[in-house]
Amino acid sequence: MSTFEIKKRSKSGIVVLDIFGELDAHTAPGLEKEFQKLIEDKSVNIVVNGSGLEYISSAGLGVFMAYIEDIRSQNGDIKIAGLRPKVFNVFDLLGFPTLYDIIETEDDAIGRFQNHSQ
Amino acid sequence: MPSIKEHTLRVGASTNELERIRHFVADHARDFGFDDHDIHDIQLAVDEACTNVIKHAYQYKTDNQFCVRIGTRGNEMLVSIIDNGKPFDPDAYKMPTTQDQLNQKKRSGYGILLIRKLMDNVEYRKRNSRNEIRMTKKR
Repeated sequence: MSTFEIKKRSKSGIVVLDIFGELDAHTAPGLEKEFQKLIEDKSVNIVVNGSGLEYISSAGLGVFMAYIEDIRSQNGDIKIAGLRPKVFNVFDLLGFPTLYDIIETEDDAIGRFQNHSQ
Repeated sequence: MPSIKEHTLRVGASTNELERIRHFVADHARDFGFDDHDIHDIQLAVDEACTNVIKHAYQYKTDNQFCVRIGTRGNEMLVSIIDNGKPFDPDAYKMPTTQDQLNQKKRSGYGILLIRKLMDNVEYRKRNSRNEIRMTKKR
């Protein structure tokens, strides 16, 4: 069975989700619930650190698609950091880099939120 | 006539099985001599096709089963996914744009697009109640 894990932490007032393992149709509901909770809590400045993500299918990408508009309508954003090349390639194949901030490091992703609020 | 080697995995229509399917495909793709990049492409294309079978053909009814069949011939690998569920009509499929999906908050529809980008050739066959998607990739 696919294994996927999410750890949530806070850094400089930004929610950081560290995601690990394989994000496919079996595990995507776990990330979906996490985004739903964050929207309910109005914690909408989110960095997803994907350095531990080994695999993603379109079911995983679909979760990012499903919640980004709700999050942006609350003046938040999902920024994605640290993707491994083969995972980044899947985001790239579907044109995600034009719609999402996909950034090399977590610190730079957090910095984008701070620059925006100044 | 070049020889054809075939391997078949029969699984239940559950997303639980996706990891096992990916391993099955990766093991045979590696044995056939694909590099890591191509192995990942084939795994992802097969995952997408199987997810569509589980979700659309069988609508998550896990007592159904389908087959993943791998064959190699010459320098080409063929992967077939065979089910007896609700058929997919490739002519009715509209290629999504990411901006449209975002506007409509849609989370699905990318599987076919990825399969076409990742594999060299994709065909759909239907005979009676049997549906088959055949995908090939050259080494």
